[in-house]
Amino acid sequence: MGRLFQFFYTYRSFFTFLGFEVICIWLVIQNNQYQSSKYFNTSNEVAANIISTSSNVKEYFGLSDLNNGLAAENARLREIVVQQQKILLENRLSKIDSTKLKSFTYTSAKVVNNSVSLSKNYITINKGSDDGVAPGMAVISEKGIVGKVKTVSRHFSVVISVLNVNEQVSSLIKSANYLSTTQWDGIDPQFVDLKYVPRHVKLRLNDTIVTSGYNAVFPEGILVGVVTEFDLKKEALFYDVRVKLTQDFAQLSYVDVIKSVLKVEKDSIENLTIKK
Amino acid sequence: MNRSIIVHLFSFVFYTLVQALILKNLAIFNLAFCFLYVLFLLSLPVDTNPLLLMAMAFLMGIVIDTFYDSLGLHASTMVLIAYLRNPWLALITPQSGYEVGAAPSLRYNGIQWFLVYSIPLIFLHHFVLFYVEASSFNIFLHTFFKVILSTLFTLIAILIVQFMSGSRARI
Repeated sequence: MGRLFQFFYTYRSFFTFLGFEVICIWLVIQNNQYQSSKYFNTSNEVAANIISTSSNVKEYFGLSDLNNGLAAENARLREIVVQQQKILLENRLSKIDSTKLKSFTYTSAKVVNNSVSLSKNYITINKGSDDGVAPGMAVISEKGIVGKVKTVSRHFSVVISVLNVNEQVSSLIKSANYLSTTQWDGIDPQFVDLKYVPRHVKLRLNDTIVTSGYNAVFPEGILVGVVTEFDLKKEALFYDVRVKLTQDFAQLSYVDVIKSVLKVEKDSIENLTIKK
Repeated sequence: MNRSIIVHLFSFVFYTLVQALILKNLAIFNLAFCFLYVLFLLSLPVDTNPLLLMAMAFLMGIVIDTFYDSLGLHASTMVLIAYLRNPWLALITPQSGYEVGAAPSLRYNGIQWFLVYSIPLIFLHHFVLFYVEASSFNIFLHTFFKVILSTLFTLIAILIVQFMSGSRARI
């Protein structure tokens, strides 16, 4: 027994090293899972406050661009409102289908922390559980999809960016109306890959890719990007498709968190079917 | 001794804040990253207890991970180089040996010795960091490119800091 202790004592630094590494590897694996650690990320109050102070300072340097973007969006929204009112008046709709209108609710949030150059990028936003944000909600901007909420604290949330090699988004090729999957390859933050597009689909350059709405995280028809390059190798089952994201992630400033009101209902009825 | 603890505590906070607030947003061509916080570990005194060294590396790694949303990643690489640092220092002991309580620094040991000391550790740190982060060898060349450029970037930053902090070098 004494010799055993002697052995451990002689190699104590190696065993400490081993102990620390086991803890770290366990943490890495935990963190890669969808629901993970609650405290050691940027939604942690102390870290989030430091970052949000720094982002407040940084914000001043991009105010004019931000302003232009918001003004453009305002104009676009006003146009849509006018059109909608016209349609409503023309059809004299007194009663509106409530399920259709309220199936998604939007919460606007500011990006306080963002990265595009790592392989697993995360975004921190300044809305948390106090504002009704919960894990699993979709995050979009006025230009397209952004990601999915991973963890929330009271005032901040961490979002898994689309620029994360583990993140897949169910998407639709609009012109061919064909289902596929969007995934980032970890290299260029402006482009993503479109996977599982079989040979028989007729692809064209500049085809629009939108979300499919089949996973109930993202609403249907949110912009993802446009096809800029595609290639069909001789023996390959699927196309190699490059899609340019419509949202430039390096310029992300304000986003909308989407809560799917019908998600719980949809999931529960689907689970029922799967169980049977 | 007391004074040096305060100085180390201060440099811990300083390196963490610089990394989290400034260097995190700095990526040249999305390829070259600067992980200056490694210098905190590299410039601790030569005769630091290895257990204490690893504990501090772990703590710093966790704090950095908190800001990078990559729990465990920086901690594991920091513990790795903390473990290898002292054997490596013993291997490259200069002929005159180390003074008691001396920190391995550029001003004190000369640039040639400092490069020999720091480059392998920085390279190893970045190598493990980027490959664990990518969690695959799928984009091997791209990641390797990242490792090389980031090692260069970090090294340049570390040399600049070392040149500037000449008076603190012997703490």
